[in-house]
Amino acid sequence: MVNTKVTLCGIEMDNPIIPASGTFGFGYEFAELYDINMLGTFSFKGTTREPRFGNPTPRIAEYAGGLLNAVGLQNPGVNAVIETEMPKLKQVFHKPVMANISGFSVAEYAEVCEKLDAQEQVGWLEVNISCPNVHGGGAAFGAEPKSAAEVTKAVRAVTKKPIILKLSPTAADIAAVAKACEDAGADGVSLINTLPGMRIDLKRRRPLLANTTGGMSGPGMFPLAVRMVYQVYEAVSIPIVGMGGVTTAEDVIELMLAGAAAVGVGAANLVEPYACKTIIEDLPAVMERYGMDDLTKIIGGAHHG
Amino acid sequence: MKQTTLTVVENTRLADGIYRLRLAGNTSAITAPGQFVNLKLSGFFLRRPISVCDWSDEELTLIYKVLGHGTEAMTGMAVGTELDVLTGLGNGYDVSRSGEHPLLVGGGVGIPPLYGLAKRLVAQGKRVTAVLGFNRKSEIFLAEEFRALGAEVIIATADGSAGIHGLVTDGMAAVSDYTYLYTCGPEPMLKAVYADCKTSAQFSFEERMGCGFGACMGCSCETKYGNKRICKDGPVLEKEEIVW
Repeated sequence: MVNTKVTLCGIEMDNPIIPASGTFGFGYEFAELYDINMLGTFSFKGTTREPRFGNPTPRIAEYAGGLLNAVGLQNPGVNAVIETEMPKLKQVFHKPVMANISGFSVAEYAEVCEKLDAQEQVGWLEVNISCPNVHGGGAAFGAEPKSAAEVTKAVRAVTKKPIILKLSPTAADIAAVAKACEDAGADGVSLINTLPGMRIDLKRRRPLLANTTGGMSGPGMFPLAVRMVYQVYEAVSIPIVGMGGVTTAEDVIELMLAGAAAVGVGAANLVEPYACKTIIEDLPAVMERYGMDDLTKIIGGAHHG
Repeated sequence: MKQTTLTVVENTRLADGIYRLRLAGNTSAITAPGQFVNLKLSGFFLRRPISVCDWSDEELTLIYKVLGHGTEAMTGMAVGTELDVLTGLGNGYDVSRSGEHPLLVGGGVGIPPLYGLAKRLVAQGKRVTAVLGFNRKSEIFLAEEFRALGAEVIIATADGSAGIHGLVTDGMAAVSDYTYLYTCGPEPMLKAVYADCKTSAQFSFEERMGCGFGACMGCSCETKYGNKRICKDGPVLEKEEIVW
């Protein structure tokens, strides 16, 4: 018997698998397919103060290593999330859930976090300071240690629940941003969000996405995620949720060896609706193949010393 | 939605750039004409959403147009190839709305889902008229199959090489007594049909999709009743809710 249990910011999870925000909605579509209570947890759709439609379509494109999205934080707004989505979620998911928050000002982050903090089912608050698809918000806060720390402090002031800052691969020094979040009171960091990219339609000679650019995700991002998790692990002592192109149980173990305490699965959910279920079912056998009996013991195992 | 493995039993060219793909296997998740399936293709990350033209208990027929690398690769799929498919996606058309004389208006690769619809309407004893629009004669497909069902078929071609010289709206003008309208085609065509439509109607939309089952919000559109996902709440929308 191997042990797949991990602890993330003081909350125990049956396994480290967390469907990433924006690829799992509020869980219902997947709950129709399998019992989503088998997940470690999941991070729900990025929530803002006001309802948002997001960017104009087309907002999906493809590349050899995955997809680009420019959804732009479509969500019904925090009040509707609390009044409509969370009661529905409670019917199908009985574990602490990770609330994902985005904002266009420090005050908005704090306001949305405060409202979600009051929700019993929210275990963790994942604060997205790295959305590449909105202007004047999202990634602007995660680009520099100073602004990342400001958001962290503002959110820290309104909640005692674990806060996990979601970081961007576009930061000049992602380890420095992670350290600034830790120093400002973050309980964890998650990385990487998508990387801005672009495709051009040869027939129309115009950008394929109406938003011109979109965030790249999928297996093509995996080595970047491994490298950044590895670097951030050396810079901070708070837990890391590693993500970026994870597709298999082997990928989960690789990111954990790089330093992840838990692992997000994003794009894979969109093309393989059972991706997380399959990964969770595969984990014990893959652990045994590599002589691992306890996932917690392998976290950061690739680092020297 | 159901994930299943389907086997290619036919993949043949029907007209310029238009292919028929018949797949054998479990079709139990398909419940209405106008639904679609999402095909996993070797070498491509995203699945390819294709509308269901027709289906039986053991088989489904798709008609696709070569539009990009994915559909180009599909033309090379040999009989016997096994495909990973998500089936029964989207809401589909509501046949109960038709009245006695439904008018079906399709343009190009928007025509296939109307065939499965016509078949079910004819089976219910409805008098079906289909206006089918193409760019030119060499691109015409499915017209004979609609006639074989017993539907009245009006062809319109943009270059006048067959049928009415004009657009589907010119074909619609020849039909005065329809009780309901169902349509599918490119968005400019849908807009024109919307402007001329004299009854209540259902419109099927196309959009670039991420997942095809409602998870990613990639294909959302705004309607009079809030945001809807083309893949999950659509692809069929009520005329009354459409915001252009």
